[in-house]
Amino acid sequence: MGNVLVWVIWILAALACVGSGIAVISFTNPFYSALALIGNLASLAVLFLLASAEFVAAAQILVYAGAVMVMFLFVIAYLGGRADAPFAGGPQWLQLGAFVSGAAIMIAVIVALITKASGGLSDSADIERSFGSPAEIGRLFLTDHLLAFEITSVVLLIAAIGGVVLATKTEAEDDDS
Amino acid sequence: MGPGTTWYIAVAAILFGIGTIGVILRRSPLIVLLSLEIMLNSSNLALVGFSRHFGTVDGQIFAICVMAVAAAEVVLGLGLIVAFTRRNMPLDVDAAMELRG
Repeated sequence: MGNVLVWVIWILAALACVGSGIAVISFTNPFYSALALIGNLASLAVLFLLASAEFVAAAQILVYAGAVMVMFLFVIAYLGGRADAPFAGGPQWLQLGAFVSGAAIMIAVIVALITKASGGLSDSADIERSFGSPAEIGRLFLTDHLLAFEITSVVLLIAAIGGVVLATKTEAEDDDS
Repeated sequence: MGPGTTWYIAVAAILFGIGTIGVILRRSPLIVLLSLEIMLNSSNLALVGFSRHFGTVDGQIFAICVMAVAAAEVVLGLGLIVAFTRRNMPLDVDAAMELRG
């Protein structure tokens, strides 16, 4: 019974994920696209939970759906009415090429899964209860992956400085306007 | 037992394809950034799925690092878009042809 419930929730979340992904790229209004992306991120968090990645799911909701998307919505509101752009104004071959390249990636991965990996990916490893818990992730970040942790913090610092530099008005710009 | 690793990778591939189509097809830089977010998140889904499959937490660590890099990318991308509008350029990726300010 619990097994069936997990499958039902998983399939609903996966369908919501793919559906809101298609919605993101097909809305003409960027505001609706950003709202659809919030739905996409939330349903991805459900998939993360079902893969017993509790901390990643919580971080996904807090960092992405909370902070990053609020910043996105602020910028879209700041840009206002001029944010509308044509859906696909490029030449016909560009649209065709986009769909072909997107479909090629999907088909390549799915064919590889069906032909090669059906035996190797069928049974997952047994995991303990503490798998993916905040304590486990914090321990790994401060022992095995300390370098990645520090580099990530430096990358975030550089991005923060870059954001301030990009958003600051220069003297030359004031003269232009 | 819920869905196996194959299902996770299949959904990740579909999301990555959707993101690719969005990046190539859309002309508004805002929606190109949103499509990039979909692609980054599909890679996160694959990482978490493989992490569950092999029973090691390293994939989840990597997914959190990808999340931080995505946040940095959003900051710089939105900063560039705001700089676009400051210069009264149209919000169209085809309009940004040269780097010289």
